Amino acid sequence: MNIHPTTAGMTLAGILFVLGLISMLIRRNMIFMLLSVEIMLNAAGLAFIVASSHWAQPDGQVMFMFILSMAAAEVSVGLALILQLYHQLKSLDSDEASRMKG
Amino acid sequence: MGVLFYITAAIAVFSTAMVVTRLNIMHALLYLIVSLLSVAVIFYLYGAPYMASLEIIVYAGAIMVLIIFFVMMLNLGPESSRLEKQWLKPGMWAAPAVLCVVLLGELVYLIAQNHTPVTGIKEVPPKAVGRALFGPYILAVELSAMLLMAGIVGAYHLGRQQPKTLHRFLQSKPS
Repeated sequence: MNIHPTTAGMTLAGILFVLGLISMLIRRNMIFMLLSVEIMLNAAGLAFIVASSHWAQPDGQVMFMFILSMAAAEVSVGLALILQLYHQLKSLDSDEASRMKG
Repeated sequence: MGVLFYITAAIAVFSTAMVVTRLNIMHALLYLIVSLLSVAVIFYLYGAPYMASLEIIVYAGAIMVLIIFFVMMLNLGPESSRLEKQWLKPGMWAAPAVLCVVLLGELVYLIAQNHTPVTGIKEVPPKAVGRALFGPYILAVELSAMLLMAGIVGAYHLGRQQPKTLHRFLQSKPS
């Protein structure tokens, strides 16, 4: 198999992203939805790294660091939100939270 | 592109598919950690060793430990030890452990041989990344610092246990 490395890496990033998207769509557990967001962010970071090594520019790796910090902030806030919803609803089912009355 | 990339990519896709299909959250988290580790090995293959270490430290280390603590915290109770016993069956951690051993073997092989990037890949040294990070991207670094600060404050505010104050008309209703 003689595939260009950039093609291979981008294909892998696409596969991982689609897997995360499928998981996001088929799951109703809120922690699983948070995990699928992590998978998709990770795939986006992989695409940035592959592009960075394709053009030999550091910008992609810088973007990956920003994705990393954004994922850390997002996970902490998301987990706090899930904790509050769990205390309110006694369930992690996202369908339970479909009616928000202020 | 070498055989190593295909092995690592297969591990990444397989473990991510296992994350999607697991029903138990702890099994899914174990497979997700394997997936993140394999993506870190791929970063190493693509000539970004600093990003590979950051991926392991921040993603597989900090974020996953946060989620695991959270999951452990949610099912407190007398049945948690029974669940723990049920989760720690050898059949459950055997597959992630085997995948991790394969990844470790690849990494040891990569470090032992004189690492040269494959053709078509140009390695970006961490020094260039640092110069770009604190040169043209300094504004974005400060913005991400503000984002992290907002994340801390938001997590503190949302995670606080407010005393349950129901309106007096609602107090007969079971909450």
